[in-house]
Amino acid sequence: MVTLKMILNGQEVSVDVEPGDLLADVFRDKLGLIGTKISSGEGECGACTVLVDGKAVDSCIYPAIKVQGREVITIEGLGQDNRLDAIQQAFVDKTAPQCGYCVPGMVISAKALLDENPHPTRKEIEKRISGNLCRCTGYYQIIEAIELAAERLAGKGGLE
Amino acid sequence: MWDEYLFPASVEEALEMLEAHGGEARIIAGGTDLVLQSQRGQCLAKVMVDITRIAGLDHIEERDGLIYIGARVTHGQVAASPLICSRAGVLAEACGSVGGAQIRNVGTLVGNVVNALPAADGAIALFALDAEAEVAERTGRRWTPISTLYAGVGLCTVDPCAAMITQLRFRALGKGEAGAFERLAKRRALVLPILNAAAVVGLQGDKVAKARIAIGPVAPTPFIAAEAAEALVGRIPHEASVTEAAKLAAQAAQPRDSLLRGSAEYRKAMVEVLVRRALWRAVEAASLQEGEDGNS
Repeated sequence: MVTLKMILNGQEVSVDVEPGDLLADVFRDKLGLIGTKISSGEGECGACTVLVDGKAVDSCIYPAIKVQGREVITIEGLGQDNRLDAIQQAFVDKTAPQCGYCVPGMVISAKALLDENPHPTRKEIEKRISGNLCRCTGYYQIIEAIELAAERLAGKGGLE
Repeated sequence: MWDEYLFPASVEEALEMLEAHGGEARIIAGGTDLVLQSQRGQCLAKVMVDITRIAGLDHIEERDGLIYIGARVTHGQVAASPLICSRAGVLAEACGSVGGAQIRNVGTLVGNVVNALPAADGAIALFALDAEAEVAERTGRRWTPISTLYAGVGLCTVDPCAAMITQLRFRALGKGEAGAFERLAKRRALVLPILNAAAVVGLQGDKVAKARIAIGPVAPTPFIAAEAAEALVGRIPHEASVTEAAKLAAQAAQPRDSLLRGSAEYRKAMVEVLVRRALWRAVEAASLQEGEDGNS
C-alpha cells in the first residue's frame, strides 16, 4: 500500500492505494466518486476523462500513483451544491445527454477545452471531443451544448 | 499489474533502479500502451520506474540547427509546439493525429518509438526526419539512428528493463525544406492507421535537392522508400515526377492482408495515393517557404 495525496476537486485528499491501482478505480471503489464512468476500460472512449493539473486524461488507464501531489478534477468537482456548472447546464438545456453514460467525460473534455480556449470554433470542438465516444446522440446536441456554454461563459467572463 | 512503482529523480537513479531489480523492473512514461500490455499479461515487469518526474527530460529546443525532444514530452506538447510547427511541421501533424486529446496529453513521443510498432504515427515522421535517439545505459550515453532501434514488430533494441531513451534529435527544416504527414484510417480519431506516410522534401531552385519518404505499416518496422525518394532528386517536382516517385514507393512497400486494415492489394494502391499527397504538400510548403524567404 502507498498513501496517495492529491488535491481532489479543491480539497486535500489522502487515500491508500496499491501501486498497480488505476485512477478511475480509486475514484469509484475507494472514494465513492462514481460520476467518473468506465466503459471501454482501455482509453478508447473517454467516459473516464478527468483533469490532472488541468489536462484531460483517461483515468481508466492512468496509474493512480501518478497523481501524487497533483490537482485532480472529476465531474463531482463541477458546480456547487444543487447548482450546475455552466457546461452541465448547457448540456441539460440542449438535451445533450441521452443514456448519459458518456456525459461526465464529455463535460470534462469540454471544460479542458474552454479553460484553454474560451472561443473554440466548431471544428476545434469536434477535434477536442474526438476522444469521447457517444453511441446515442450523433454528437450534434453535445457540440451545440459546448457552443452554448462557451457563449454563456463569454457573457459572464469565464468559468465559475 | 505491477507490485511496486518508483519515481527516480534522475536518469542515473532510474538506471540504478533497473539494475537493482535485475530485469524485473522497467521504464514507464505515460503508460498509455504499457498499462494495457500489463493488464493483458504482455508486460511481466513487477516494478515500474516512472521517468515523468525527472527534471531535464521535458525540453523541446533548438541548438545549432538541431531540434531536441526530451523523453517526457507528450504527443500533445509536440503537436502544440511553435518550434515543431514551424521547423518540423511533419512531426506536429503526425503527433496531432495520435489517439484523442486524452491520449496525446499522456503518451510520449519517445514511448511511441520504444513501442516499436511499424504504424506509430510519431515514429513515421521521425523516420522521415532522419532522427536519432540518445540511449542512456549504465555504461554511458550514446546517439544512434532511429532505424537501429527497431528489431521487429513491437521489438525495440533498447531494453526498457536495462536502459532508456533520454531524448531525440533531428535537423530542423530550413529554407526550401518542408514535410507533410498523411494518414488513412477508418475513423478520424482514436484508431490505428490503415496506412500512414511522411515525406520531407528540400528544394534548390526549381529542383528537388533531397527527399525522404517513410511509410507504415507496410513492413515489420517503419519503412523508408529510398528508391522512390532518389527518383525525385535532381528533378523538377511536377505532377509526373511526383506520381512516378509515389508509384515506386507503392511498388517497394509490402503491406500484408489484414482483417483490420484491408487487403494487401488495396493497401498497396493506397500507398501510392498517400505518398503522392504527402510529397505534393511537402513540395508546395517547401516552395512557399523558399519564396517567402526570397521576398524578405
